[in-house]
Amino acid sequence: MVVPARAVPEPADSLKADSVEIIIAPPTSPVVSDFKYDDGNSLILTWVPSIDDLPVGGKVLSYHIFRSDNGGEAKKIAELIPGANYYKDEDLYSDTNYAYHVVALSSNSRAASFQTASIRPQREWVNLNLKYLFFIALIIAASVIYFIETAKRGKKLFVRKIAGLEAVDEAIGRATEMGRTILFIPGIHDMDDVQTLAAITILGRVSRVVADYDTKIRMPVARSLVMTAARETIKASYMSAGRPDAYNDDMVNYVTDEQFGYVAAVDGIMVREKPATIFLLGAFFAESLILAETGNSVGAIQIAGTARPAQLPFFIAACDFTLIGEELFAASAYLSGEPKQLGSLKGQDVGKGIAMLAILLGVLLSTIAAVGDTETITDILNFITRVFTVTN
Amino acid sequence: MRREIPLIITGIVGVGFVIQYFIPHAPFSYMSDWFSDWFSIVGACAIVLGALNLMKMSAQKVIRKKKDWGYALVIIASFLLIVIIGLSEGKDFRVPGTRFDWLYNYMYIPLSATMFAILAFFVASASYRAFRARNFEATLLLVAAFFVMLGRVPVGDVLSGFMPEGWRLSDLASWVMNYPQSAGQRAIMIGIGLGIVSTSLRVILGIERSHIGGGK
Repeated sequence: MVVPARAVPEPADSLKADSVEIIIAPPTSPVVSDFKYDDGNSLILTWVPSIDDLPVGGKVLSYHIFRSDNGGEAKKIAELIPGANYYKDEDLYSDTNYAYHVVALSSNSRAASFQTASIRPQREWVNLNLKYLFFIALIIAASVIYFIETAKRGKKLFVRKIAGLEAVDEAIGRATEMGRTILFIPGIHDMDDVQTLAAITILGRVSRVVADYDTKIRMPVARSLVMTAARETIKASYMSAGRPDAYNDDMVNYVTDEQFGYVAAVDGIMVREKPATIFLLGAFFAESLILAETGNSVGAIQIAGTARPAQLPFFIAACDFTLIGEELFAASAYLSGEPKQLGSLKGQDVGKGIAMLAILLGVLLSTIAAVGDTETITDILNFITRVFTVTN
Repeated sequence: MRREIPLIITGIVGVGFVIQYFIPHAPFSYMSDWFSDWFSIVGACAIVLGALNLMKMSAQKVIRKKKDWGYALVIIASFLLIVIIGLSEGKDFRVPGTRFDWLYNYMYIPLSATMFAILAFFVASASYRAFRARNFEATLLLVAAFFVMLGRVPVGDVLSGFMPEGWRLSDLASWVMNYPQSAGQRAIMIGIGLGIVSTSLRVILGIERSHIGGGK
């Protein structure tokens, strides 16, 4: 709801001129409106800046925003730089009326705008800004579920070979033959990061094979919750392999939350124990190359994977196999070989199809609009941009 | 039931989180903050488990005189030193000038920086392996990296100063970073986004059970 300005009260306070007063024109047309699709806690104030607010040689030094709650005294709530014409007031209450005015300040004078009418923030049930995202998410989720159901009915689904995952059994076998440890590093983030969750799901598959082969696995972690979750995962794998007696809590140990302290400890383990196989799967930052290069130097076969594009080049340079982005998330499904899990991977392809179509259409329409500049093409282009732009 | 209960909780919370993203109205608007607070509380409690585990592992190593037990002794001594000094400082332990602050500034930060500094040497050895022109892709990488590195330093423009504006090494480096590099990175990001959706659905629907010991 947009509420027009009404005639004005004087500014709540004033400055005394200390020398020659620099007269400035006030900001005009202040309008307050509800911030759409929130829980009734924000309002938007817009105004036309003072005509003395110029980029070069302007007399306005700042704008002060005043707010009156339920008709009470106006209080200053914000100071903005010259050129400002928009303010979002947050942390408001949906049962309170708010009115605003804007004051332009020069070095020794001030000029106030009209005060806006009072308005209450509105609470909305659905965020319509996200309607296109909702439909796209619905299509992708529906296709994932459709392909899972298709796979359950027995239809063969083609999933391309992922070299890094094909090498998992071989890497574990190598450690078994050499009688050395397997080191599993799940990154340095906590369980609230989906990359760590992906790493733990892969750990479930890896530890099952480790239990079958009776190999040693060691997992130093940087978060206590990851330690607890990883222990449960490995324990469950050993139980499902029928070897609960071989499980030991000390397979997973907490080191420290500190990034480089953790790196020092893991590098020390690598150098002292010389593991035959190292898995570096999860969220990695500056430590990625330090860990991967140390692993490389001790001659371990290394399988790495992360969803952080900035760290991928380091892993590609230093590791034998790297799971790039989506492959990290596909790993558990791929390793399981279960049709319904593989079906979920096929569902992703629909999302990729939508992305490819949008990119191709966008490029084509942008080119036509640049050459021909037709209004219809530009409108379609703007629509596509709106569909794929998330504004919360 | 040991497996079913976590799956049910995961399913309900997962669906709730999807809904709260599209519904700004209370109580959904509070969900994210609630769960974030709960996670912090659980995480803070779990740190005790982590610290106890660290001490237990290190103590066992020292008592049983396992290989390299001296390092474990250093861990125990450092841990106890920082805990005792931190507790003795009371609630003002982070105030500048305290003993805890001294340990942080003159021991922890230099040690941490030393580990970080090792990265420079590892970058050199990793780059050497990555840039060896063994095949077409590695050669392409080598050539692109050569021009980008040269274009990012002033000497690049000095060397290519005779070229017209827009064709100098800094321009070439910017072009490589803005177009082929950005396009590749965005393609990876799209794949990651879809991978996250797929993984989340598998976990929410209870199809992915390997983290609780299910599946093959």
